[in-house]
Amino acid sequence: MRAGTEQAMAAEPLVRIRGLHFARGSRTIFDGVDIDIPRGRVTAIMGPSGTGKTTLLKLIGGQLRPAGGSVHVDGEDVHALSRRRLFRLRQRMGMLFQSGALLTDLSVFDNVAFPLREHTRLPESLIRQMVLMKLQVVGLRGARALMPAELSGGMARRAALARAIALDPMMILYDEPFTGQDPISMGVLVKLVRLMNDALGLTSVVVSHDVAETLSIADHVYLVADGRVVAAGSPAELRASEAPRVRQFLEGLPDGPVPFHYPAQDYAEDLLVDGHA
Amino acid sequence: MLEWLGDRLAALGRWGLAAGQRLGRGTLFLLATLWALPGLLLRPGLVVAQLYSVGVLSLLIIVVSGGFVGMVLGLQGYNTLVGFGAEQSLGVVVALSLVRELGPVVAALLFAGRAGSSLAAEIGLMKATEQLSGMEMMAVDPMSRVIAPRFLAGVLAMPLLAAIFSVVGIGGGFAVGVGLLGVDPGAFWSQIQDKVDVFEDVANGVIKSVVFGFVAAWIAVFEGYDCRPTSEGVNRATTRTVVHTSLAVLGLDFVLTALMFGE
Amino acid sequence: MGNSRRVEILVGLFVAAGLAALFFLAMKASNLSTYDAGDGFEVTARFDNIGGLTVRSPVKVAGVTVGRVAGVEYDMETFQAVVRLDIESQYDQLPRDTSASIFTSGLLGEQYVALEPGAAMEPLADGDEIRITQSSLVLEQLIGQFLYNKAAE
Repeated sequence: MRAGTEQAMAAEPLVRIRGLHFARGSRTIFDGVDIDIPRGRVTAIMGPSGTGKTTLLKLIGGQLRPAGGSVHVDGEDVHALSRRRLFRLRQRMGMLFQSGALLTDLSVFDNVAFPLREHTRLPESLIRQMVLMKLQVVGLRGARALMPAELSGGMARRAALARAIALDPMMILYDEPFTGQDPISMGVLVKLVRLMNDALGLTSVVVSHDVAETLSIADHVYLVADGRVVAAGSPAELRASEAPRVRQFLEGLPDGPVPFHYPAQDYAEDLLVDGHA
Repeated sequence: MLEWLGDRLAALGRWGLAAGQRLGRGTLFLLATLWALPGLLLRPGLVVAQLYSVGVLSLLIIVVSGGFVGMVLGLQGYNTLVGFGAEQSLGVVVALSLVRELGPVVAALLFAGRAGSSLAAEIGLMKATEQLSGMEMMAVDPMSRVIAPRFLAGVLAMPLLAAIFSVVGIGGGFAVGVGLLGVDPGAFWSQIQDKVDVFEDVANGVIKSVVFGFVAAWIAVFEGYDCRPTSEGVNRATTRTVVHTSLAVLGLDFVLTALMFGE
Repeated sequence: MGNSRRVEILVGLFVAAGLAALFFLAMKASNLSTYDAGDGFEVTARFDNIGGLTVRSPVKVAGVTVGRVAGVEYDMETFQAVVRLDIESQYDQLPRDTSASIFTSGLLGEQYVALEPGAAMEPLADGDEIRITQSSLVLEQLIGQFLYNKAAE
């Protein structure tokens, strides 16, 4: 099933999602989503809270199974792989969790060394060099001896980023990388995402609802709402869009296609009803 | 009235179904844990690290409690036995109580409070802070990297802790009986050697503590892994670990005692 | 690295202490040390009533434990209990006409077989039977007898 020539490989998107359906209990999260993530670019997936952006990353990483549809990563159907093959594939993906997900009982150095020690049999001296290189990229070489509890939120995310690139993956999935950061560490993270994508030749998927930061670094944007892709294109195209949903999300309007009020019966009628709620 | 009864019955049914579901999940989880155990042969270091936090760190409370329990047994036993003029049998009373019952049971209860709760909290926190998820995305299986070593360490540590508890307890009983109350030391030991059977008593006590260790470690890692990934969920998991382990240990103790000494 | 070495040493100490405790319980605080390797010899004795005698009850001569009860059976033909006594091999000079009684150590203690050496020149050997036996004293019978005697006076 592999594409024949180098050229075809490059043209083929790294991640191809087709007709994705996913439900949690009775709540439908995805109702037929199609997304292509091109190689070597920063692709942003945006949408209001609760639209299942993190779920989408977990579906790409094979941690969740879709109810329907398929996810292909580098030509392999993620949910048809055996556990072994899936783990092999995951070694080529890095994921940056919202909380960083650093192992709390290991120092920053050991956290970055963790995937190397688990998956390679490299000598300790070489591991040290590789870890220091990765830490240098995120600017935390001096913090290698600190424990995760001693790091600020931004530093924890940078350390987690160093760990995510430890095995030199082909792709990094970012889960809300900018949320809850002060302006300075936000700026650092924005710069790092772009820098790593270009310098290391990665493919980046950024899931976020921080409009300004995300649009400033993304090459391609998908806007997801109500279980569907409602808009897609370059940041410029999205900014120029007249669709009310896009306008509401990008400008942060309180009312619009996504109503301010949670669905309810008529206000006046509700007030006039006697008795209990 | 009928409606009220119906509601109660429905609640009971719901509770039963939920309990059954949990038991099923717990059993599947145990099978997955056991499946991951052989892989630990290649990574003994992981088990050693857990033996430290489960075993070595529990040692203080085990030794102190064992000593006091033995001393109390010495005092109480002496006061009862002296009424029959049988205070020479004090050693037997202390040793048999400890080796057959108190060693395995009290050590398991202390283990649930000290090691079980911290195991559940640790795993629960790893879940709440996405560390387990993160491991999976790094293509590292949390079952073999996190759960299995903790489980195995619990199973291995329990009989050792129970034996230490019993020995320290016998020492405590000896100190009180011989040192304080004037029981003849020779009689103390010879009576123990005469009446405590190595298979009937010592081996059965060890079997009990292995079973308790298995159950305590299973409950702790399962509650931690199965908890809701919030601070409240972790909190409930630790409480449940202690409560469920204590109930399971006491219940199983009755069953095992009936099987072993029942005839 | 220094830290993990310390952990390893402490765990090593913990495991050693646990195993030592198990060893202590098995060897010092139980009867394993008094199990012999089965190099003793076995004699039998018949009793009308063995009272509370059980397997592994001690066999004593002059108060010294020389063996253990190896088995208790019931003989359907003589309506007696057949007790097999396992005597340690170093006590092989007991006379042939040694008698056996079942006594209780103290008022409430356990029961044991007391051997009273006779005067014969030949020693007891493996498979021999002790002919002269005295059964366990049953408290109720003693009291009954006592009352009966009192009433007869």
